[in-house]
Amino acid sequence: MASNFSIKHQPGFTAIAATCFVVLYLPIVVLVLYAFNAATSTSEWGGFSLKWFQSAYQNTQVIDATLRSFQIGSIAAILSTTFATMAALATTRTASYPGLTFKYAAINQPLMVPEIVTGVALLIFFSRIKIFTGYSGIGYLVAAHTAFCIPFAYLPIRARLENMDLTLERAAADLYATPWKTFRRITLPLLWPGILAGLMLAFVISLDDVVITEFVKSGGQDTLPTYMLGQIRRGITPEINAISTAFLLLSVAIVTLFFFVSRKRD
Amino acid sequence: MPDKPDRNAIEVVNVSKIFGSGEGQVAALDNVSVSIRENEFFTLLGPSGCGKTTLLRLIAGFDFPTAGEILLYGQDIAPLPPFKRPVNTVFQSYALFPHMTVADNIGFGLEMLGKPKAEIKARVAEMLKLVKMEALAGRRTGQISGGQQQRVALARALAPQPKVLLLDEPLSALDYKLRKEMQIELKRLQHETGITFIFVTHDQEEALTMSDRIAVMSSGKILQVGSPWDIYDKPAERFVADFIGETNFLIAAISGSGNGKARATLKSGTTIEATVAEGFQPKDNATVVVRPEHAKLTKDKGDLSGKVENIVYFGTDTHIHVQLDSGEAFTVRQQNTRSAGCGFERGDKVGILIGNDAAQVLRD
Repeated sequence: MASNFSIKHQPGFTAIAATCFVVLYLPIVVLVLYAFNAATSTSEWGGFSLKWFQSAYQNTQVIDATLRSFQIGSIAAILSTTFATMAALATTRTASYPGLTFKYAAINQPLMVPEIVTGVALLIFFSRIKIFTGYSGIGYLVAAHTAFCIPFAYLPIRARLENMDLTLERAAADLYATPWKTFRRITLPLLWPGILAGLMLAFVISLDDVVITEFVKSGGQDTLPTYMLGQIRRGITPEINAISTAFLLLSVAIVTLFFFVSRKRD
Repeated sequence: MPDKPDRNAIEVVNVSKIFGSGEGQVAALDNVSVSIRENEFFTLLGPSGCGKTTLLRLIAGFDFPTAGEILLYGQDIAPLPPFKRPVNTVFQSYALFPHMTVADNIGFGLEMLGKPKAEIKARVAEMLKLVKMEALAGRRTGQISGGQQQRVALARALAPQPKVLLLDEPLSALDYKLRKEMQIELKRLQHETGITFIFVTHDQEEALTMSDRIAVMSSGKILQVGSPWDIYDKPAERFVADFIGETNFLIAAISGSGNGKARATLKSGTTIEATVAEGFQPKDNATVVVRPEHAKLTKDKGDLSGKVENIVYFGTDTHIHVQLDSGEAFTVRQQNTRSAGCGFERGDKVGILIGNDAAQVLRD
């Protein structure tokens, strides 16, 4: 009977849900457990120890890659969020016109083009510039990360803007606020949760990236994910587990923060 | 009515506002002219889509006229952006800033005008007192009730002492009792501040009870401007008579018109005295209106005769619907008393007496 239909009471629903959760989380649980392994193996348990965390902490390459990841991540997050805010304002504070959909698509391009394509394209493009300018610093990574972070920052900001009552800006103008003051005093404060959410999302996406970074980086420019990838090729120790666990904690912390910030509505 | 100075606060001169272009072109305002006097409570009244809100938006500066001028004390403000006009608005949705306190909301306009902090503080305190919101000055606007938000919106718009205050259906979100309270409150504020109010509403009762003068609008045009008494008792057109209150329309042959008066011969053959819509020279046939409370029912012969169709009891009064011998419908409103019924029953043959000075000849 249609009237009795409930998605929660389908046969096998619980079993499928449980399987999904196990498949999703079991590998992560195992990874985290073995980060505390006293043995050198990632498959044989040798008792509880924090020594791999200590070892990772004392590994200058790990620290170096981590700092670089944070550096690239924070600059790329700030830049992409700035661009995303401007793009969101321009695409929501206007009547619909032909070509607007195309602009949405253009802004969200990094979500649609496979990363490997962007990676190869940037590799070729940047190599030309490198030859031309002789510059081979961290700027290329920052530029690449900024570009693919824009849609992730754009989406929460646009969502926030679309929910905002335009009458508030009109009221500010009515009360003698110039367009700039209206933006500073009304639009920006109300948009702030969206901007923060975009900023954090962009930071996490940048921190996590492997494919594009792998193509764009020059020698000695490993980020934490590309360093870990490199280490795995040379055989795994629980140090990788320890680094992954720390990384996981950080991601969870940021996503949790993101959740609370984006939930904050007036 | 207290004496109003003759100075005009706002003059709207031949203003048109066209939306869209080509085939889909719509004239929200069609060559509208109206003068609003200093210190008056002026109401723009009409059904939704009549152009009243568009006119208010043009005065506020949220939109610009396609043609025409809007003068504020003689100066054309039509091309100015809203933040350069000494005019403030109370919005239908209040549009209070949710990230600010009540006091900060009220002080916002003064702050934007660059007033010194001490002056803002004093003025905000004065405004809080005016709208009786002193106790809630530190609250966020999300933490106060609808009626309180309404008061804050009023205080915020009044704080910069605008030359004209625009009110866009500000009472429509309130329940009946609160609305009645705020109507009195608004009249008090207008009286105490001496600011010219332009009030937009679709509620005819609200317009009649609050306004010094009313402009009735329909389809982008102003049909009639006048005091509530003028609008109710001397409607110029069928739309005005129909939109405000209940009324009876009768076809009559007109003779001997002049001096704003005419003799109207009704279909029953009776001739009555009637006033004529201003500036109108009736010829031959015209529509005559009689308000239901200005006619009287009798069991004898009256000016009109007919049969009682229906009787509706309203507490304060009773409406008696009569089918006239001419085929037209006519309603009579009769004040109730406690002791007796209305004295008539369905199917009764009745006469209707139309008093002197009860009929008005319409322009159309």
